[in-house]
Amino acid sequence: MARRLVQLLTALIYNINIKGFFAGGIYKGRLKSVCVPGLNCYSCPGAVGSCPVGALQSSVGAVRNGISFYVIGFLILTGSIFGRFICGWACPFGFLQELLHKIPSPKLRKKRAFGVLKYIKYVVLAVFLLLLPAYFFIRDGVTVPAFCKYICPAGTLEAGVPLVLLNESLYQSIGRLFSWKLLVLAAAIVLSVFIYRPFCRFVCPLGAVYALFNRVSVFGIKSEEDKCTLCGACARACKSDIDPSVNPNSGECIRCGDCVRVCPTGAIRLGAMYFNKPGDSPKRRDAR
Amino acid sequence: MMRSRRVFFTIILMCAGALMLFAGIVSGEPSSVMRKAVYICLECIGIG
Repeated sequence: MARRLVQLLTALIYNINIKGFFAGGIYKGRLKSVCVPGLNCYSCPGAVGSCPVGALQSSVGAVRNGISFYVIGFLILTGSIFGRFICGWACPFGFLQELLHKIPSPKLRKKRAFGVLKYIKYVVLAVFLLLLPAYFFIRDGVTVPAFCKYICPAGTLEAGVPLVLLNESLYQSIGRLFSWKLLVLAAAIVLSVFIYRPFCRFVCPLGAVYALFNRVSVFGIKSEEDKCTLCGACARACKSDIDPSVNPNSGECIRCGDCVRVCPTGAIRLGAMYFNKPGDSPKRRDAR
Repeated sequence: MMRSRRVFFTIILMCAGALMLFAGIVSGEPSSVMRKAVYICLECIGIG
């Protein structure tokens, strides 16, 4: 319940420019120079901050003029403090996918294919956020944000749909690209009903960045070996299909806290600087 | 990874991130982020 509240508040704070939804324009104030930690399109009429994914693509486009320290530094600092805690608690599009997953339906879990699909997000990060904007998607000296243009369903939902509906000139300009993006959004929405946060787990490049920091981030999960009875309740509860007793700081863990809630002995805890002692996990793996 | 090494690595990363962020702010990069963000990104909304 606390997480739901934080997710809702975060979504509201990111998009507090409510009048933009009525006026059909976007916020143009100074706060737009600040990145928000979650995936939230800066062209959303309500957005008061910048999306780090959009900002990163622009910054890598300027790689010929030197590395942009601002966005990369922001991601390193946020990642090393929070890791994928951001995904679980402060991402509006992740929140939406979780709500959609609550719709009663058969749920797909622990599929072997998911173990392979999770690597797609790293390919998306490397190709669409770094390689294409840096070297190939440059038009008249301006970087074309490849991920935002061809993939990001959050941009379509938060910015594309409302702006096209509210703005006649934009409505007149829609074409094949908009249809493609609607298709990607529809796929993300439908899949979210059956699979837990499919976009976050398999596609999101911001999730991939934070996943790289999950093992060393200040906020993490601690699994205490002396309290763990190897009952497997945490692994059954984990919708991200990981086993928190074996691999509590997996790159796939979004720190939702479901494992903490179901652990009957209180062996799993979520908090700051909770790092496993060396040798904990391999010993458990042997025990299973 | 040993606990002490992990904590050390975390602190190094946090310091590096904070330094890069600070360097970016000092060199005026937030204004270039803002310049991009205050206009409707036609690519982001599926038009451009």
